[in-house]
Amino acid sequence: MAELTLTVVSPEREVLREEGVTLVLAPSVEGQLGILPRHAPLITQLAPGTLELRRGAETQHFSITGGFLEVMDNTVTVLADASENASEISRERAEAAREAAVRDLEEARRTHDDVMTTQARLALLRALARLRTVERARRG
Amino acid sequence: MASPLELRRRIRSVDNTRQITRAMQLVAASRMRRAQEAVQAARPYATHISGMIERLVLATGNDRLPPILQPRPIERTAFLVLTTNRGLAGPLNTNIVRTTVNEIEGTSDAIEISVVVVGKKGHLALRGLYTLSAVFTEISDQPSVIDIAPVTQLLVDGYERGDFDEVRMIYPEFVNILTQQPRVVRLFPVVLPEVQQDAREADIIFEPDPASVLQALIPRFVEMTVYRAMLELAASEQSARMVAMRAATENATELIEGLRLAYNKLRQSRITSEIIDIASGANALADA
Repeated sequence: MAELTLTVVSPEREVLREEGVTLVLAPSVEGQLGILPRHAPLITQLAPGTLELRRGAETQHFSITGGFLEVMDNTVTVLADASENASEISRERAEAAREAAVRDLEEARRTHDDVMTTQARLALLRALARLRTVERARRG
Repeated sequence: MASPLELRRRIRSVDNTRQITRAMQLVAASRMRRAQEAVQAARPYATHISGMIERLVLATGNDRLPPILQPRPIERTAFLVLTTNRGLAGPLNTNIVRTTVNEIEGTSDAIEISVVVVGKKGHLALRGLYTLSAVFTEISDQPSVIDIAPVTQLLVDGYERGDFDEVRMIYPEFVNILTQQPRVVRLFPVVLPEVQQDAREADIIFEPDPASVLQALIPRFVEMTVYRAMLELAASEQSARMVAMRAATENATELIEGLRLAYNKLRQSRITSEIIDIASGANALADA
């Protein structure tokens, strides 16, 4: 049976390279996307959310803050803006980051600071994607 | 002539300076290794994104490119200049500033110029010469993509709004430990990766469609280009500092050697004259 190779790269590092993957679930901008082996070639944009991979009975979750996904010849390549394994994510820290981002965003909106608004908005999206991923991983 | 006490003080003072320069040299060496690893780690993303853009351009066709890729006449040019926040890095920042001045002077007078600076050193050197439209001095010397997001956001927004029609980036390329080469690259209009002549349009599904994916992907591509330049800057900064501090350490060692020699000579001549004093005194007593 054909299997998938999944590579996740962020600008900072290669986050993951897994062979023998049987299913990839990714948050496309058009909705949840499931990729099985022998999927047709595809290029799509990803929304912030959770990337899930299954290899037999084993499941792994990754947070993703948006990016792009390409399927070609049973190889799935994800260009993530940033990505982390669910096990690397600290719930408390993500929650604290979310609260800090919300505060910064309000502050930036009040002072009309464009740079700060952008930073705060990105920070908020990252924190939310992390929290959702931890939640998904916990539920299994 | 200096007194022995004065010489001893100077030796101690130079030795203290040498300890500092040596420590800085070692710190810079280890940070340089980390910076080089970061440059390596950024490579897979760059390879993949270039491949993806190539396939998207091929599928979109040159006549249906998204607005961000459509060529337009150049009337306003922005320069993005990357420099370090800290000094003691040899001629690194001076070279970048000189390249910037040459670039700007070499641009036609008909073109309106704006300058965006990253780094305190560039800010100090350029603020008297040009009007700076933005300055970023809060980016660490171990930059992350998040750190530079505001910089790229500014450029992408400005280009899309039409504040400028061209963006050139000036940064030091890390060639090796001894050489950092100032480089000028064009960020906008985006230089697309070379599309292979024999590349054929594969049957690819695009969601939502190639032009929209391309429109969203280009800012990431620019971000990646700026991020990699920031990593080159970081590696260059650390290696330039390491070399400068090594030269300073060696210089201090030489200075100390000279001072020790002078001190020892002085000490010896004092001892000699004292011995002569004692010996002649003893001789005079023996003669009596």
